Amino acid sequence: MAENVKPRVRVPKTASAGEVVTIKTLISHPMESGQRKDKDGNTIPRSIINRFTAEFNGTMVVDATLEPAISTNPYIEFDMTVPESGQVKFTWYDDDGSVYEDVQAIEIA
Amino acid sequence: MMLTRRSVIAAGAGSAVLIALPGHPALAQDAAARTVDQVIAEFTGGAAAAEGEGVTLTAPEIAENGNTVPISVEAPGASAILVIAAGNPTPGVATFRFGELAGNQAASTRIRLAATQDVIAVARMGDGSFVRTAANVKVTIGGCGG
Repeated sequence: MAENVKPRVRVPKTASAGEVVTIKTLISHPMESGQRKDKDGNTIPRSIINRFTAEFNGTMVVDATLEPAISTNPYIEFDMTVPESGQVKFTWYDDDGSVYEDVQAIEIA
Repeated sequence: MMLTRRSVIAAGAGSAVLIALPGHPALAQDAAARTVDQVIAEFTGGAAAAEGEGVTLTAPEIAENGNTVPISVEAPGASAILVIAAGNPTPGVATFRFGELAGNQAASTRIRLAATQDVIAVARMGDGSFVRTAANVKVTIGGCGG
């Protein structure tokens, strides 16, 4: 079980219509790879975020499948076109079935 | 430092673990079973990926810490990009699929590399063809928890 999972995203509050903005996301998560062993030699079971998606007003922006080779506290940066005012919804899917969400609004300035 | 019977035994056990370690990545690879070629074939559906133009993979030449190696991939006009670390116990790293609102077909993240190896990016272009590129990253300290 992952504890203290906290998503953090950086989204500009305003943009001009059609502008391409850079979005940075990070979620605190141990991303246990399933390769490590504890001090008794037992394999520590895999526990990672296996999927990340970003949607703008319901339209897919990026959908990433993550494997154990992604570092602890997975950081993902990408660019998005802003056609109108609206909300960006970020979703992280955990191996244990948990789903973490964050929503940020962008206004057209 | 005083040597007790207990500390001698503990030290002995520690070095035994170190000796056993070099065999570990190979064993893990057998268990994972999926090789680099298999992972790529799964992504391309068996189609051949042309080397070169169209996809850019940015990775440091030397990574001091294999636990967090910053990489970025870019492939204008691609619908998806697959990233593979050829020398990791399991080669898959990530697959980015881009929707219609993606500003450009690029993404950055941080990955784990177990040892000095090639990182490979394969992009599925808009016309259904595939292009691939690779970058060699020298890793000073591996990120495999070994």
